[in-house]
Amino acid sequence: MQKIMVCIKRVVDYNVRIRVKPDGSGVMLDGVKMSVNPFDEIALEEALRIKERGTNIEVVAVSIGVADTQQQLRTALAMGADRAILVQTDVAVEPLTAAQTFLALANKEQPDIIFLGKQAIDDDANQTGQMLAALWERPQATYASKVAIAGTKATVTREIDAGLETIEVDLPAVVTVDLRLNEPRYVKLPDIMKAKKKPLDVTSLDALGVSAGVLLKTVKTEPPAQRQKGVMVKDVAELVDALKKKGLI
Amino acid sequence: MHKVLIVGEHDGKTLNPATAKCVTCAAGIADCEVTVVLFGADTAAVAAQAATIAGVKAVLRVDRPENEHPLAAIFAPQLAALAADYTHVFGPSTSFGKDLMPRVAALLGAPQVSDLMSVDAAYRFKRPTYAGNAVVTVEADASRKLVATVRVASFEAAKGGGNAAVESKSLNVTIPSHTRYLGAKTGSTDRPDLQTAKRVVSGGRALGSAENFKLLFSLADKMGAAVGASRAAVDAGYAPNEMQVGQTGKIISPDIYIAIGISGAIQHLTGIKDARTIVAINKDGEAPIFEVADVGLVGDLFQIVPELERLIGG
Repeated sequence: MQKIMVCIKRVVDYNVRIRVKPDGSGVMLDGVKMSVNPFDEIALEEALRIKERGTNIEVVAVSIGVADTQQQLRTALAMGADRAILVQTDVAVEPLTAAQTFLALANKEQPDIIFLGKQAIDDDANQTGQMLAALWERPQATYASKVAIAGTKATVTREIDAGLETIEVDLPAVVTVDLRLNEPRYVKLPDIMKAKKKPLDVTSLDALGVSAGVLLKTVKTEPPAQRQKGVMVKDVAELVDALKKKGLI
Repeated sequence: MHKVLIVGEHDGKTLNPATAKCVTCAAGIADCEVTVVLFGADTAAVAAQAATIAGVKAVLRVDRPENEHPLAAIFAPQLAALAADYTHVFGPSTSFGKDLMPRVAALLGAPQVSDLMSVDAAYRFKRPTYAGNAVVTVEADASRKLVATVRVASFEAAKGGGNAAVESKSLNVTIPSHTRYLGAKTGSTDRPDLQTAKRVVSGGRALGSAENFKLLFSLADKMGAAVGASRAAVDAGYAPNEMQVGQTGKIISPDIYIAIGISGAIQHLTGIKDARTIVAINKDGEAPIFEVADVGLVGDLFQIVPELERLIGG
């Protein structure tokens, strides 16, 4: 194990209440706080823990996005990544384009393992890791809640609908992480200072030979249907009556 | 003519009801023919079940020893090879489908619509983003194949009574050996399956311990309900991961959902907003869960739950 690549997405912060623009053209993003996708933070934390247990393992954080995505990569460097690469673009890339871009970086960097969050909390697509694994022609271990690496193999416990599943994959491999894999560390001030000196390279889709296709055009964005406000009951007897009236019990 | 290929989910014995929901979704595409494909070591039993789903034209069986466990790396090249004859390839938005379908889409160079919630036209669909806070309408190019995972909570299961032809397929596809199944630990339970249950009793952090969480099991058993949990309760170790309901857990649509000691974070609400009736029990009258509840009761769950169990039983 020599190198780990971690893919990071800049997203609207977890705590922001999303509002749809009245003209249906998207969601309001002006002045909204942006952060590292929480699942990608967990992905990075896992990479850092593997690095800390081993010797001479390099962790490279990569992202695709607008120039300001450097902020999220600086956060990754402050957490402990050794260097970062931003593929700068003003175009919102689709999962397949993201996967093609990460493939180009993987071919350059030759990592032993690529970690990503299982999904980004903006588009909730849950596609990029699996697509990257397919294009890279390597194994995928999605929704990881435990990762154990031994030599050229990784044993990964996955969160599935029925419970937990364990698979073994040959490295190199793509691992997408779930919530309970670890708890990401807090960044300390001295680390933020140190991160400013770490290398952050900026490249472009063109330079990597990737063209951003629009395979899925978003034609409208609207708020979800709202539920009607219900009734409050004062005790359990009233609750049971209400449910009986609805024929539910 | 559109041809939709649906990958069926099963455990070797029983076809997952998500498959029949995918059929309903596909039937929303005008002028379409629906085929279900099953991968497994022996899919005879589940193929017979799939053949009875109304609206299914044909069932394909792809049986080989490597297909015993649902590994995306192994199923994907086979599904991609079969996709040549189809315009759309659908799978359920379950952990099985979410793992598999993007790998297939990438092999096909096709876009994927995740969590497809409604069909506007053959290449125009709605799907949720931002934990369900924004619904987007997306349009794909009809000249390419279209891959989708179907948000099963948005569709009723297609009815039975069908009689589709079952055909065995052998594919000339190289299966990778880099991914191996080691085992699974599943919560064996006599309770209904959370994903498809008509009734769900669900608990949050306010339960306070795994021990206290058993209160819900007792109530659920009285009601014939499945048991769910908020992320907070799962993170705290009160309930196993397979019980998690919400943006990153299961998206469900029961007839009744009883949320007990769940404050109602937006990420949780996105998993339950298709429930027909939501009941909220919480000691904090300001909790956001009451914004979406059809029936709310403010009070101490440790008094309310045992009393509810008694009154329901009576």
